[in-house]
Amino acid sequence: MDAALLARIQFGFTAAFHYIYPPISIGLGVCLVIMETMWLRTRNEHYRAMTRFWAKVFGLTFAIGVASGIVLEFEFGTNWEKYSRFVGDVFGSALAAEGIFAFFLESGFLAIVLFGWRRVSPFVHWLATVIVCLGAHFSALWIVIANSWMQTPAGHHIVEGPNGPRAEIVDFWAMVFNPSSIIRLEHTLLGAWQSGAFLLISVGAWYLLKKRDVEFAKSSIKVGLAVATVATLLSLKTGSTSAEVVAEYQPSKLAAMEGHFEESAPADMYILGWVDEEKGRTYGIRIKGMLSWLVHGDTTTPVTGLNAFAPEDRPKANLTFQAYHLMIAIGMASIGIALLGMIGWWRGWLWSWKPFLWVMVFSAILPQLANQVGWMTAEVGRQPWIVWGLMRTSEGLSVVVSAEHVLISLILFILVYLLLFAVFVYMLNHKIHDGPENIHSEEYGQTRAAMEAMDKHITRKKQAE
Amino acid sequence: MDLNSIWYILIGVLLTGYAILDGFDFGVGTLHLFHKSDHDRRISLNSIGPVWDGNEVWLVTGGGALFAAFPEVYATVFSGFYLAFILLLFALIFRAVAIEFRSKQPMRWWRSTWDWSFSISSFAAPLLFGVAMGNMVQGIPLDDNHNYAGSFFALLNPYALLMGVTTVALFSMHGAIYLCMKSEGEMHDNVRRWIRPAMITFIVCYVALTFATLIYIPHIRETVSEQPTLFILVALSILTMANIPREISKGRDWRAFVSSMATMALMMSLFALSMFPYMVLSSGVAENSLTVYNSASSQKTLTIMLIIALIGMPLVIAYTTIIYWVFRGKVKLTPMSY
Ligand code: HDD
Ligand code: HEM
Ligand code: HEM
Repeated sequence: MDAALLARIQFGFTAAFHYIYPPISIGLGVCLVIMETMWLRTRNEHYRAMTRFWAKVFGLTFAIGVASGIVLEFEFGTNWEKYSRFVGDVFGSALAAEGIFAFFLESGFLAIVLFGWRRVSPFVHWLATVIVCLGAHFSALWIVIANSWMQTPAGHHIVEGPNGPRAEIVDFWAMVFNPSSIIRLEHTLLGAWQSGAFLLISVGAWYLLKKRDVEFAKSSIKVGLAVATVATLLSLKTGSTSAEVVAEYQPSKLAAMEGHFEESAPADMYILGWVDEEKGRTYGIRIKGMLSWLVHGDTTTPVTGLNAFAPEDRPKANLTFQAYHLMIAIGMASIGIALLGMIGWWRGWLWSWKPFLWVMVFSAILPQLANQVGWMTAEVGRQPWIVWGLMRTSEGLSVVVSAEHVLISLILFILVYLLLFAVFVYMLNHKIHDGPENIHSEEYGQTRAAMEAMDKHITRKKQAE
Repeated sequence: MDLNSIWYILIGVLLTGYAILDGFDFGVGTLHLFHKSDHDRRISLNSIGPVWDGNEVWLVTGGGALFAAFPEVYATVFSGFYLAFILLLFALIFRAVAIEFRSKQPMRWWRSTWDWSFSISSFAAPLLFGVAMGNMVQGIPLDDNHNYAGSFFALLNPYALLMGVTTVALFSMHGAIYLCMKSEGEMHDNVRRWIRPAMITFIVCYVALTFATLIYIPHIRETVSEQPTLFILVALSILTMANIPREISKGRDWRAFVSSMATMALMMSLFALSMFPYMVLSSGVAENSLTVYNSASSQKTLTIMLIIALIGMPLVIAYTTIIYWVFRGKVKLTPMSY
């Protein structure tokens, strides 16, 4: 088999697997900060039990996020050796910054969040939670900057070195603030918040259906809905800005996303459709002139179509199109669920209307799917470039690694990841069935007593000073 | 000193930090199956529970820094040692999830499955690191594009395997001392008895390795004869090592642990100094070797990275210290433990 194809499948698969977990961590991080702040302000034990429960879920996702993240970091070197030589000067610093500024922060302070309940004061614990949340956001920051540089390179020049041409940094800040990094970061983070928020909503709704831990369930849903409403609405906004940036810097990607072939005015936009790449046509339901309007602000200006590009310079159009349209459909559905949920909360039917509770139970899957297909859009649409306009994917491969070796590793990754995923789902399910600690139980009372003693001890020490 | 050498040192510091910190995690893992009771195994896991992940970040950051500062080395080594690194990745994956999952279910088969995967992966990782290092010391065949020109099995030569076994023994000793520091009562006495055999194994391997190096690795022999100052490092590492049993017998576990850390740092410095300025040595055509000069990023990038490191590393050291301080003392099981 073709080593290039296998390596691409392997990268896509391992990245997609990794990207199941970080969005949950990033989103839960935000929710944890909210819960623990509520606890500090109200001293309602309920919020502490909530924080402790969701922190455990965080710990579980984090472990697999870490295990699968290391694979990616080394995969640039193992499978994309020529690419690594070409971009190392520019791309490597973002990756190293991620390690120094994000991972150390997150992994270190997570220990305090998970195991430090009896060792530090509530305020320090809260601080640790905030830092973990920040750390998760910083990892997204640096990796999205690195990826955005691959999409819209800036701040570099190409130098002919002893080992062939390579990209070198000219302007670090221009590299960091390349044309797409900020908007993509915003959009990615909002997508991640939704993963956390809808998980809260889903588990809460499940408890309500089972008529257990009702107080906990309601509070989880409230926190989740608040975050979800903000995030879904802003997602729509940042998503459409993202599309404008793509239209400006990556016109062939935009054309593929929209299944747009002819540069004719006005350009139409499809709601649903099928792209026939051989015939160069798209079938489906469309809105006349809408694409021109979105890209240029009027319904008459033409938009560059795929036909303007040589066949070897086009991405796989149908895959990009379908992934993109699925993301938008899910985005719309999520907005609907979040808004309905808000109305239900306000009107009071939210806690008992079974059909909607079931919708909420399954809603956790939506942001996960949208995150996956969103990245598919971005990455498949970037083809055939590995670094936009500078290096083709086919030129980035490791020359010394044979197709057999990639195949062996790919099969192993698939097997191991399927196993991990199964265990993850099993454990998550188990945690959800166990539920939050009963705040009236003896064990909880003991832990709480220990924590309060710690609290008093610290205040006394402070007073002594 | 030029930027290239500074980055050689900094990456050395990151990898030494990694060896010292994750080294005891691997050691604790390698010895894990020797604990007989479930309680002891939980203590063993929880002794590294809060810190192992932060320790692993030293590797992640070291890898990132290598990518940024010496992309040629990163590309050559990772693609050249492809299967070895894939195996290493699986070891790291299984270790991470075994720690997380093991105590979450009461079933015996469940716990023993994860115990085994924890232990095997903690054994395999240092073995692979050692094998990789052994090959770096010997030199590997490189073509004129700096690509590895050998096979996977050529990596498994006797010298490299000896280096691998030595690393496992060193980490086991280090881990046993750490566990001694973290456990109490009967478990502490048991673990204490493991330090001696681990140390003896390590010393035997180390002496064999030193002789093998002097006999079979001419470039190291030359470096050492040109720079007799390197012997100071050797002497120091022998002293710090000899200090370990002394402190243990006096019951000062943490001092023994500091000695063990110092030994590892000295050995890494010895390795780094005897390799400099080479990063990957070509065993065939000498010109194909990668040095700190022909494999580095531009001076501009090295400067930017230095600024990042100067801002970042003090912070990292500060909060690593805080976290070890928060979790100081003997391990006790609580409802939040693994
Ligand atoms: C919950 C997740 C989620 C939701 C609901 C949406 N997106 Fe999205 N989208 C992502 C999660 C995401 C992402 C996973 O975060 C991506 C992948 C790469 C990136 O930068 O963000 C992304 C990429 C992405 C891109 C490509 C950017 C690029 O290639 O550089 C565009 C144009 C949009 N999105 C547009 C939208 C629109 C118009 C939405 C309408 C509601 C939308 N997204 C909802
Ligand atoms: C985590 C979310 C991500 C997902 C789900 C994802 C998905 C994919 C997919 C599906 C491919 C294969 C594309 C194709 O061959 O048609 C791919 C390729 C690739 N991606 Fe990503 N990606 C993600 C994030 C990133 C990030 C953050 C980076 C860089 C910092 C990156 C760098 C690459 C590289 C180097 C390739 C291989 C070359 C190529 O095929 O273009 N990816 N990714
Ligand atoms: C394809 C490129 C990527 C690489 C090379 C990569 C690398 C890594 C590494 C090495 C870790 C483990 C860190 C540790 O040991 O603590 C990790 C974890 C993490 N990554 Fe990625 N990552 C990639 C994509 C992404 C993306 C796209 C995001 C978010 C938008 C992300 C967010 C995170 C977060 C938040 C963590 C912490 C673990 C967790 O929360 O699950 N990563 N990543």
